[in-house]
Parts: sequence; C-alpha cells; structure tokens
Amino acid sequence: MTTLSLAKALNEGLRAAMETNPKVLVMGEDVGKLGGVFRVTDGLQKDFGEDRVIDTPLAESGIIGTAIGLAIRGYRPVCEIQFDGFVFPAADQIITQLAKMPLRSLGKLKLPVVVRIPCGGGIGAVEHHSESPEAYFTHTSGLRVVACSNPADAYTMIQDAVRCDDPVVFFEPKRRYWEKAEVELGAPGLALDKAKVVRQGDDVTLLAYGPMVKTCLEAAQAAAEDGRSVEVIDLRSLNPLDLPVLTASVNRTGRCVVVHEAPIFGGLGGELAARLTEACFYRLESPILRVGGFSTPYPPSRLEEHYLPDLDRVLDAVDRVLAY
Amino acid sequence: MTAPMAPPELVQLLTPEGERVEHPDYEIDLTAEEVRSLYRDLVLVRRIDLEAVALQRQGELGLWASLLGQEAAQVGSGRALTDADMAFPTYREHGVAWCRDVDPLHLLSLFRGVNHGGWDPQEHNFHLYSIVIGSQTLHAVGYAMGIQRDGAEAATIVYFGDGATSQGDVNEAFIWASVFNAPVVFFCQNNQWAISEPLEKQSRIPLYKRASGFGFPGVRVDGNDVFACLAVTRKALAAARAGQGPTLVEAFTYRMGAHTTSDDPTRYRVADELEAWKLKDPIERVKAYLFRGQLADQEFFDKVEAEADALGKELRRRCLALPDPAPEAIFQHVYAEPHALMAEEREQYLTYLAGFER
Repeated sequence: MTTLSLAKALNEGLRAAMETNPKVLVMGEDVGKLGGVFRVTDGLQKDFGEDRVIDTPLAESGIIGTAIGLAIRGYRPVCEIQFDGFVFPAADQIITQLAKMPLRSLGKLKLPVVVRIPCGGGIGAVEHHSESPEAYFTHTSGLRVVACSNPADAYTMIQDAVRCDDPVVFFEPKRRYWEKAEVELGAPGLALDKAKVVRQGDDVTLLAYGPMVKTCLEAAQAAAEDGRSVEVIDLRSLNPLDLPVLTASVNRTGRCVVVHEAPIFGGLGGELAARLTEACFYRLESPILRVGGFSTPYPPSRLEEHYLPDLDRVLDAVDRVLAY
Repeated sequence: MTAPMAPPELVQLLTPEGERVEHPDYEIDLTAEEVRSLYRDLVLVRRIDLEAVALQRQGELGLWASLLGQEAAQVGSGRALTDADMAFPTYREHGVAWCRDVDPLHLLSLFRGVNHGGWDPQEHNFHLYSIVIGSQTLHAVGYAMGIQRDGAEAATIVYFGDGATSQGDVNEAFIWASVFNAPVVFFCQNNQWAISEPLEKQSRIPLYKRASGFGFPGVRVDGNDVFACLAVTRKALAAARAGQGPTLVEAFTYRMGAHTTSDDPTRYRVADELEAWKLKDPIERVKAYLFRGQLADQEFFDKVEAEADALGKELRRRCLALPDPAPEAIFQHVYAEPHALMAEEREQYLTYLAGFER
C-alpha cells in the first residue's frame, strides 16, 4: 500500500499500462514536457519518449481524429482533453467516428481509444473549466463512459480503460485530483462496468459518481449522526449502468436520491430514476429524487457553491424522500 | 537567352485528345499492357457506377453518390498505391475501392441500407467510407503517424473534395501532417461542386496553393488524365514513404452527374459547363491513345465492354439477392466487449418480436 493523490494514481496507472503494452500512447495538449496542466502525465514523456507521449497541436478534433487513425493502425491512444469545456470541438470525432466506426466495420475494427476528461467544478475556475458533460456521451451508443472518484479506483480504472477494446470516455473529478488515499499498486480492481457500494445503509440509497461520491459519503456520515442509515453507491460506470447492484440496493432501502453536478434536466439522474422506478416500483416508498446542477450554464465561480450540490442539499433530499 | 519556362500549373501527361505530352517534373513510362489495364479499370468502374445509379432509380438502393467523370482521378491515384499503403476514402471512392479489390457489392450494401459498410479495412488497406465531410483526413494522418512509429515502408492517402477543404478537420489534418511530417498524401478531387456550391464558395485561391501555407508542397493535376494522376500520386507517395512528409494533390476534375441521386444539378449549374467537360472525358482520351498508338485493337475494346456488361449484370443479380439483415443485427458490433444495455435491449426486443409468432 502506498498513499497517492488521485492525479498521481492516474499517473501510476498510465505508467503501468504503458509498461505493459508498447502500443499504448498518451497524447494531448501539454501532456509531454509539462506533464499535463494537472500533472497527470508527469514524467511519462521523459521515460517513454516523444513517440509515445505526444504533445499535440491545440486542436481537440485533431487529437481524437488522429487517435482514431492510430487505433486503426493498432495503437491504444489515451487522449487528454485539457478541460471538460474543451471537449466540444472533438465532439464530432467522438460521436460520429469513434463511437460508430466499430459498428460501421461490422466488428472488424476495434477502437481502443481512451478519452480522459477532467470534469466538474469547485476549483474557482473561469468559464468552460467546470462542466459536467457526461450526459452527451452516455447518450451516445458505442462509447463506454466511466468516472473515477478516488485514487484506488483511478489507478485500476485507467488501466482497465486502456485494456478495454471499446472506446472509453474517462471522467476525472478535477477537484479531487489532490486528495490522497491508500492505493495498492499492481493489484487489480473491480471490473470497469461495475458499481460499488461504498457505504452500506438501510434507509436511503444515494447514487453518485466522480466528485459527488465524497460529498455523498460526507452526507451519509452526517445523516448517521441523526440516526439515519444511508447507503452510498459509486456508479463508476455511467454507460453501461450496473443495474443489478443499483436495483438490489433500492429494493432494500425503498428510497433513492441521485446526485450529480451536471444539470438535472436531461441528465443521467433522469435515466437512473426512470430505470429504477421500473425495476423497483413495488418497493419504492417515495419518488426517486435528483440533486444536481441547475438548468443554467455553469455560473461564475463566485456563485458555484450555490450551483454545486453540497452536503446540505443532499441531506435536504434525503429528508424529503424520508418524509414520504 | 530565355528564362526556362515555368512548369504549367496543371500537370497533364495525356491530353483530352489522347496525345502524350511531357511535363518537366513528372514522367511516366507505361507498357501497352499497363495502359490497357488502366483502360479496363476505368471502363469497369464507370460500369459499376452506372449500374448503381440504375439500381437506385429502380428503388433498389436508397441513395448513390456517382463518380461519373472522376474515374481517372480515382483509378490513377488508386493504382499508384502499393499493397502496404492505406487509403481513406469519402463515400464516392468507388474507383479506389475497385483498385483495392473491395467487392463492389459492399458499396451497394451500404447504399441499400443493409449495413454501414462492413468490408475489412485491414484486408484491403482501404478504410470504410466516411460520410461526415473531412473527418477521415484526421484518421489518415493518425494512421500515418502509426506508420512512422512502426518504421514501416508505407504511406497513407486520403481522399476528400473541394467542399471538404473548408472543414476544420481538414485544416487540422494539414497542420498535424505538417508538424509531425506524417507520410500522407492529401488527394483532393476538386470536382468543382459541393452539392450546389461552386468552388468560389470555398476558396479565393486555387486549392493546391493552400498547401504552402501549411508548409508542404501542393500540386494541381489534370484529374481526368489517368497517366498524370498516376504519376503525381506515385511521386507524392514515394516522397511520403521516404520521410519527406505530406503532399496536397488537387485533382482538377468535374462531377458529371448529380451530387447524389437525391440531387438535381439543373437547379444550379448550366448545361454548357457539362458539355465542355464532356470533351475532357477521362476514358475517351485513353481509348484514343490506345487506338492511335495501335496499342489495342477492336477486339480488346469489345472484350472490355463485354466484361463490363457481365460485371454490371452480375452485380445487379447479387444486389437484388442481398438479404435484409436480421433484427438483432441492430445490437451487434456496437461494442467489442459484452455490454449490459445492448444485451438487455436485444433480449427485450426479440422477446417482443417473438410475441407475434405465437
């Protein structure tokens, strides 16, 4: 066991993936000498060379488009999109090409491309640096979408994403990059498409992913002090969803709150609420509630604490589902 | 003493009348057999195209993008490729597909709606058709970067049209190819029309001149001259393989038909233009050259015609025999690895369908 920040855990995971398979490449803006703006790729270019850790021109569509070409040639590129709000120039390549080309080839082509996206707010950033665009990608068939929430998962999930023969959009909670935890280097983790119960409870199920997992764990701790037993599940995989784990929990607790930073309207919480309502209808004691960002553009950072779900807003929703 | 004459802007080695002409920078030395073979390619490719248009008109294809008029650009460049080279097409490169031994039935399957492509890009070193304009230029550059990393003796060619040169992806591809010195040939078929929009809507300068701003050579070739297209592409591919980086080839040609079978070009272009380009037909000039040089006799031309007819007939038969895919094909190949949502929806829908059979 060693103590690593989430950013360093990703770095170690990428390093392990590159050591295991010489076809693994890292590419993106400033990923080489600088080591990425969050230092996730720190030192990789020094150790693996400029051919494998590629500082690219400032063109996100170019990053994904050329990664697709490299994947067709047999490489496994891991692309870094510098910030969530900058993924949109690459959206066409991700949605019309990366997601659909394997089907277009009737399975003859595999595109093992990982698109890493630091996501979410809470760091006092300027516009376009705090967004949660996951629903655009979970809505796009052909992509796997995952989000890590802690260093141990970050370490194994990035390696699993690189090993996966499908394209993977990999969300990293940027405000958690510097938070540290124990990581067992070399140990395998839970499969990439599995959800994890991170705190057991009997009264309410909280579903979260990425940066909101920690917020939910804190809310569950606070609720426990009030005598409420709250279960917290880290989805880890946003597409596909690990529904057996989720339904088992909600069937047991009868109450569920979904928490994400992204706007509620049209967000992943709606899909979860619909599916769990279908699957758990006779066991539900209350409607499934959602806590998330407002249906507004992400606000200036002086207002972000109002926008982002926090412990109190999660507890408010817990109170409301328990009040039914 | 007179200054040496600047090379003509348009590289041409065979005039529309079928006369061989020389160019200071490009030469080609073809045997009679090779010329006959190119002629056969041109005729067969046109025949496949003609049959496909007819099939669409008869309701057997949903759509077809005709290559009529662009046969020389495609066959010339397609025959310049070695087996190890990789081609990235648009949705109109039926002639290049032919040169890469892709069964034309695959092309018809796509336009019939049986699948979205489905040939094996690696078996033919011919990538799938790209419908999103210009997107494939980046794939080609990435692939070329892979060739560099493999240390392979190969190059990539990517096809796109005049309209595509306005796309961001194409310009990004130029930049990437340039700064990484990628072994890629950008083969732009300037057929003068992007559906209804003439070249003036895309560029104020000749397209091949764009290359200089990105830091690599650009050349304009007579796109209706199969010899020139072959020579220019060969040279560009050789330079790419030799580590000299990308080249932009602008094949100056004309889209003789509609953009696709859904289009009506009489709404936006004049008949005179079409008539002028008919005189530059890519096949007639090779035929004239073969006749004039007594490199082929009537028996040869008759034989190629008969082969074309047989090919068209057989293609039609096979197209009509294409089975509709089974409903579960919707869920196949979306992911390479097992995916819970695909499995769930597939099972639900098949169960629903089975309900009708009871």
